[in-house]
Amino acid sequence: MEEKIAVVGAGSTKFRPDTSEQNWKELMFEGASKAYTDAGLNPRKDIDSFVTCAEDYWEGFSIYDEFVPDQLGAAMRPTCTVCGDGLHGLAIACMQIMSGMVDVVAVEAHSKISDLNTYNDVVLFAFDPIYNRPLAGHPYYVAGMEMNAFLNGSGNTEEQCAGVVSKNMTNALKNPLAAYGKRVGVGDVMGSEPMFSPAKKLDIAELVDGSVVLVLARAEKAKDIADNPIWITGFGWNSGTPWLEGRTWGRASYAEEAAKMAYKMAGIAEPRSEIGFAEVDDKFSYKELMHLEAVGLAGRGQAGNDLENGRFHADGDLPINASGGSLGCGNLIEASGLHRALEVVLQLRGQAEGRQLNDVERGLAQSWRGVPTASGAAAIFER
Amino acid sequence: MTKPENPRGVELSSKQMKEGDVIVNKWDPRVKYAWATGEAISRFLEEMKNGKLIARKCDSCDRILFPPRMFCEECFKPTTEWVYIKDTGKIETYSISYLDKDARRITDPIFVGVVSIDGASEKMGIMHYFDETTKEDIHIGMPVKAVWKPPEEREGAITDIKYFRPLKEGEE
Amino acid sequence: MTIFRRRLQETGKEMSYEASKMALEEAGLELKDVDSVVLGSAPDAFDGIHLKGENLLDGAGGAGKPYLRVFVGGGTAVFSPIAGWWHVASGLADVCLVVAEEKMSSCFPHPQSAFGHIWDPILDRPLKPNLVWIFAMEMNRYMTVHGIKKEDIARVAVKNKRNALDHPCAQLAADLTIEDVLNSEVLAWPVQMLDISPPSDGASAMILASEEVAKKLTDDLVYLSGAGWCIDSTMWTDRDLYFPEYVARAAKMAYKMAKIENPPKEIDVAEPYDPFDYKELHHMEGLLLCDKGEAPILTREGVTERDGDLPVCPSGGLLGVGNPIAATMGIKACEIYWQLAGKAGKRQVPNDPQVGICQAWGDLMQYGSVLIMRRG
Ligand SMILES: [Zn+2]
Repeated sequence: MEEKIAVVGAGSTKFRPDTSEQNWKELMFEGASKAYTDAGLNPRKDIDSFVTCAEDYWEGFSIYDEFVPDQLGAAMRPTCTVCGDGLHGLAIACMQIMSGMVDVVAVEAHSKISDLNTYNDVVLFAFDPIYNRPLAGHPYYVAGMEMNAFLNGSGNTEEQCAGVVSKNMTNALKNPLAAYGKRVGVGDVMGSEPMFSPAKKLDIAELVDGSVVLVLARAEKAKDIADNPIWITGFGWNSGTPWLEGRTWGRASYAEEAAKMAYKMAGIAEPRSEIGFAEVDDKFSYKELMHLEAVGLAGRGQAGNDLENGRFHADGDLPINASGGSLGCGNLIEASGLHRALEVVLQLRGQAEGRQLNDVERGLAQSWRGVPTASGAAAIFER
Repeated sequence: MTKPENPRGVELSSKQMKEGDVIVNKWDPRVKYAWATGEAISRFLEEMKNGKLIARKCDSCDRILFPPRMFCEECFKPTTEWVYIKDTGKIETYSISYLDKDARRITDPIFVGVVSIDGASEKMGIMHYFDETTKEDIHIGMPVKAVWKPPEEREGAITDIKYFRPLKEGEE
Repeated sequence: MTIFRRRLQETGKEMSYEASKMALEEAGLELKDVDSVVLGSAPDAFDGIHLKGENLLDGAGGAGKPYLRVFVGGGTAVFSPIAGWWHVASGLADVCLVVAEEKMSSCFPHPQSAFGHIWDPILDRPLKPNLVWIFAMEMNRYMTVHGIKKEDIARVAVKNKRNALDHPCAQLAADLTIEDVLNSEVLAWPVQMLDISPPSDGASAMILASEEVAKKLTDDLVYLSGAGWCIDSTMWTDRDLYFPEYVARAAKMAYKMAKIENPPKEIDVAEPYDPFDYKELHHMEGLLLCDKGEAPILTREGVTERDGDLPVCPSGGLLGVGNPIAATMGIKACEIYWQLAGKAGKRQVPNDPQVGICQAWGDLMQYGSVLIMRRG
């Protein structure tokens, strides 16, 4: 990447299943205020542009963009909504800076999913209206189908997926932001209620509310603003076909391509040796293994074995989801990717408290937009 | 040559739709929300039940913000104080609507507009209905006063005010 | 762009495909030449699909590519090509396909039902508002502050619907008189039936390329030279609606980037957003193309006719061609491109226009997006 861009501010609310005492504006205000304080910036003067990541039906509005500016300090400023994950928003923010149009950008993503009483119906509403939606049912059956195809095709096992849950929920115990930290064993997961077989209750991340904000700046500005800027050295995003019928089941092409784009930008040829730790999407346990193989951090069919050998644990060679991931922190909907970016930034700054990894220089954040999409993004951060 | 050249697309008429010439795929999405009202609006609604309008003051810019919010969008700081304001104000703009929310025609028009409320900072107000006036009399700048539902019928909603009516002479 | 109609047979995906295909053909490119795709589309409630950008992505040519959807209400029509510009200007893409789609006819009983959900759920929605109210209240304020007569506003509808007679996609082209507009059904005073653009289905697409690639494709280069975007506070009942300050902020940002100091002199052709006739005037003022309250006078004097000193909405605008929200990119950004490239045929404004501006508007009377182009 020619233009150097840094994260100069980061903030987040705690992740909680119920935030009924706050409305969405107050929740976003809290996340944004923390990030601006962290950056030492006044959004009314020092930030040129604002990006939020949202979808109308998650929020319950026809044009959610209307309800964004005030709580971000963005009233009467360049501001836009990206219908994507937080890392898509990060990509837009980076492009704005690289275009030379702005110097400092705030990116926000949030989940106020507790306002939505019919989550399953809304997810189903995203299915193809002619071919898939009339089949109805709980939309997560798609994840069950994919898990089955992935395990069959790759040779990874249900027990190894359960190992992911155990690792991530345990990691979350050390994360003060997390909602679902718990000591869980492989047996607990295997014994949990069958849901979308082979997926069981504990294989599925629970929903949670929260707002995450990052402030990005171009290099010349970043050095003035931050003592410890964390550099974004590569980012990428990609979408596979939206047709459930046309997918290569068990393969996350969007993650492969997004990572490839990000690695190329960052000049990374051998991710396995060049990346120190990663935060990858685990809205379902199998997704962590699938995504690790897709982004080249594990060999095909090897992610489960690597996990069992302790490679991905906090004290392993390649710690994965030290934050606790979605399984441990909660499914933050479109904020999931930005939460991963936040964790990578905190780790690189040495501010990850009880879960701080040793000697980390470079980390990957990767996201997936959830059922039924085949869209995701990735970003590389360095000290 | 005029661009766009040979634009594509096939028009369907209402007749074709009504007479069943085309197969229509229908879906009634089950989308239900219960928005947390938040700190500022919860208090605002509680006070509506009491027949009062309440605002928040920002210490930085000295504005009295209405509808109330817990932060000032200009200063990006938390607001500091609750302030009761009046239930009178001025019509900033209005419309006389012959359409309902689904664009169906109605014969008894709705008088609707924005009222800036006395006691709040300049121009700060809410959208509401007007009544006890006529098409001829209503005008921008007209002083108005809230007409409240009886206390037992109020439920903590913007509709606890039935409408605004012209302010009578000597009235406050 | 596709034709704009109240209802098209094509699905959203199919419309996106048709528009993309036309743009690729005009550019002499194939999908494999496209590095990334931007989709612009307004509320999911129209198409009736949650995450509609995901559903439309293969129709828009985004499968297997970096693909993003941006959404800033009605402002999306001009914001989408701005987002496409970032893809190219950042160096990430040599060719970016920008697709804008809207399938409003899927929404029952009327597309306006979807607009019921654009309002604040606590402060506004219990009053059961109709979208037209917004415009009626803003129009009334604008007319009252400046003492503007309805007939001077009606001229815009007459002009644009007449201009649309020359647009092959037009839904509501017509040769009307001012009296026709003033005598049309009153919907929400002061808004009458012929003051309004219709709900429409349609899609449009545009291809942005780096200078290096573009030079290989054409001799008639049109450059993007300035972009601006701005949102005002959500609290729309707290501001004076007579002037769109947020449009002015977006315009100033774009003029600065394009190094334009005297907009009325330097702009040769303009496509401001005209979902209602008074909005064209409101937006001419917001774009600083004239003084506040002066736009109706310029219109009365014929300055904004296609052969006037400052042609405004030579496409026929939303009033004449139709209003498939985001897809009006086809009569805003695409029109300015066609005008500057000399490809507008019957709609071509005279005297070799060199610099053009387009603008879109949206949200709760709070969003302005502005794009300036100049001939190479
Ligand atoms: Zn203030």
